Amino acid sequence: MTDHDKTAGRGTPVLQMHKITKTFGNVIANENVSFDLHKGEVIALLGENGAGKTTLMNILFGQYTADHGTVSVFGQRLPAGNPRAALDAGVGMVHQHFTLAGNLTVWENIALGTKGLWGLSMHAAAAKSKIRALSQKFHLDVDPNAKVASLTVGQKQRVEILKALYRDSQILILDEPTAVLTPQETDALFATLREAIALGLSIIFISHKLHEVMAISSRVLVLRHGRLVAERATQDTNRDELARLMVGGDVAQPDIPMRPAGPALLTLNNVSTDQLQDVSLTLHAGQITGLAGVSGNGQSALSDLICGLIAPKSGDLLINGQAPKSWSPRRALSARIGRIPEDRHKTGSIADFDLTENAILETYAQKFAKRGWMNWAGAASHAQHLIDTYDVRCPGPATRIRLLSGGNMQKLILGRVLEEDPQIIIANQPVRGLDIGAVNYVHGRLAAAREAGAAVLLISEDLDEIMKLSDQIHVICEGRLSPAFARGQLDAANLGKWMAGEGGTHAA
Amino acid sequence: MRLEPITNPSVLRQSMPPILAILGAFAVAALLALIAGGDPLAVFGLIIKGAMGSKFALLETLNRATPLIFTGLAVAVAFRAKLWNIGAEAQFYAGAAVTAALGTGVIAAPSAILLPTLAIGAALAGAVLLLIPAILKTRLKVDEVVTTLLFNFIFLLFISYLLEGPLKDPMGMGWPKSARLTPDARLPRIVDGLRLHWGFALALICAAALWVIDRKTTLGFEMRAVGQNVEAARFAGIPVNTVVLKTAILSGGLAAMGGFSEVAGLKGSLTLDLSPGFGYTGIVVAMLALLNPLGVVFAALFVAAIFVGADSMSRAIGVPTYLADIMLASALLMMVLAILFSKYRIRSG
Repeated sequence: MTDHDKTAGRGTPVLQMHKITKTFGNVIANENVSFDLHKGEVIALLGENGAGKTTLMNILFGQYTADHGTVSVFGQRLPAGNPRAALDAGVGMVHQHFTLAGNLTVWENIALGTKGLWGLSMHAAAAKSKIRALSQKFHLDVDPNAKVASLTVGQKQRVEILKALYRDSQILILDEPTAVLTPQETDALFATLREAIALGLSIIFISHKLHEVMAISSRVLVLRHGRLVAERATQDTNRDELARLMVGGDVAQPDIPMRPAGPALLTLNNVSTDQLQDVSLTLHAGQITGLAGVSGNGQSALSDLICGLIAPKSGDLLINGQAPKSWSPRRALSARIGRIPEDRHKTGSIADFDLTENAILETYAQKFAKRGWMNWAGAASHAQHLIDTYDVRCPGPATRIRLLSGGNMQKLILGRVLEEDPQIIIANQPVRGLDIGAVNYVHGRLAAAREAGAAVLLISEDLDEIMKLSDQIHVICEGRLSPAFARGQLDAANLGKWMAGEGGTHAA
Repeated sequence: MRLEPITNPSVLRQSMPPILAILGAFAVAALLALIAGGDPLAVFGLIIKGAMGSKFALLETLNRATPLIFTGLAVAVAFRAKLWNIGAEAQFYAGAAVTAALGTGVIAAPSAILLPTLAIGAALAGAVLLLIPAILKTRLKVDEVVTTLLFNFIFLLFISYLLEGPLKDPMGMGWPKSARLTPDARLPRIVDGLRLHWGFALALICAAALWVIDRKTTLGFEMRAVGQNVEAARFAGIPVNTVVLKTAILSGGLAAMGGFSEVAGLKGSLTLDLSPGFGYTGIVVAMLALLNPLGVVFAALFVAAIFVGADSMSRAIGVPTYLADIMLASALLMMVLAILFSKYRIRSG
């Protein structure tokens, strides 16, 4: 698609990204992405996690250098890989995770970097009055003398926006700006953005929330798997279409046969924690339950809950219909819950321990020790058994695990879990970062565990993975869980809506 | 210029830091000896002679190494589990105070019963002293670097109070010192006629025992796991807080055994200058040993030799004994640097 034809004749674009391609190793983050941004326009960049939104913006902002393609601002090409150049050209970015110094005041944060460090205090009065003027003009109410640490999240975001405006940015990029805001703060933000457009600024709004995209943007660009798959004028589209475009019309077909649900092995009844609200979930023997959702919506909390790291604040956690007396990782292990953690480097293994030590990390006390004395010979032969059975490519059990590739590390963790014959398996992003061979291996093993009667919870950001393996699917958004959908019951549009937190509001 | 991690350092590279540190320390000392008007080679010759040139010198070095082995082990076991115990000095004094309090006739028993009682009592006192910061750490996340360090000052004042009050020697002519231990409460000499007490043997036994705990027991495995990756240890179901508390008991107990050994073996009474900073020097010893329990023995011998040798050298040619402190300080600095370069290499660009 060439969007240049469509937008021709509207004056010089303020920003032009042309045929941007960026690869990391053999992963394509952006492929041939082109778009224009015009004066006074809000374009929304819509896409799932990993669709390439953030990479694209990092290229624009000079954090990454594109393999191919050019970025021009006001008709001038930006030198690649220079954040300063983008700033100087009038591009301001409001990051999802704020880049503020909490122990400094608002005005210091805003003025920092505009003048030499020593000159800063001399310009205090001028800086503050400029900030006050901007605050008023854009309805960004913050006290320039307040310490940033004392501000609410919404106020901090206003400081970030002021920081960009203070540098006379003509182009504002907002990365998931509403993720951290209350609905009222979101409304205030939108009022500010409308003010900014009226004053001739141009905005790129990155989001996966459909109703916000519909409310604020004039054009929507949809990214999927690094490619710009669609461009729509906002008035010509609707949420259903956008949801379908974001997820992709072709949802992968499952390639393992459907199975009837066995008995409920793990049940959550209206469980709430700090990050989960009223979650109800049942894992059945012989089934894989997929948990879809945009990352950061409570997947980690749900995984930590079932892994024993956190306990429910309210509601019940039942294993085989029984509530355990207390809840900890040891309890979870003795309830025969096998856990494949999200971060195999930080949580799943100890980098400087060898394979033997990592292999017995969860079972040393029960299986490889007697009265406090380790049975290292037994441990080493267990590790060798895992290496042989789970095809871990390594020099031997005495190798430090940090020397293994991600795939081989994951195979060892998988073996550690499956060898204990778990009745419930939590697999959190089990194939993230693995090559295709390792992916197929892990999926095959999970499917085999399901055949053997285990209840599997598969947490993934990759919808294809969820669709391919799951017997039933839940979608998580902002700590709330959708009802369970049987395989095939959820089409792409519906899934996209639930992921955006709008499931159940229309035709669900 | 940037640092790049070396994924699989060779054995040679891993054993480099202590050697480089010692060589570096000698280089710095040579420079300072020159400035002080001494011939570096003569200075080093006298230090070595003073430390091990005679039977007397050698025994003096072993005696001096004994408390350092205890405090070095205490620091090593704690640091391995990332429990930053800077308070070995206070725990050392706690053990010494218990020994002085119970060994001056309060308990009347033969040596075979009295000495183990004193040792265990001393170890318990040190353990309790480190348990307080450890519990504050596990329960309230209070930084143990601060609490253990401050405990040193508080506890030294407490010892001062004890020596002016309850523990004051009535026959001490007003000096702030405790009464002398009864003969039954004294650690005997290993060989009659040689001034080396059983405290040294006890220190070696503790080092060996710690090595066995580290390699062969579940506690050792748990302590290493918690030290290297607490998040993974917790996830795997290792009771992290319990392990930290057990580590504190071991570490505090070992430092306090040093105090017991010093009072019961060498000095015979408690004074305020019992320790010239054994607790702090224990940190240097543990670092030079790369936190290895057996390495601690050698590092303690090295450090003790420098101190004893420098004393003797100073008497002979008048280069100040501060040279010993500087050698240790520079050895520690070199060590930290050398550890960095055993794990990373510098790449330009």
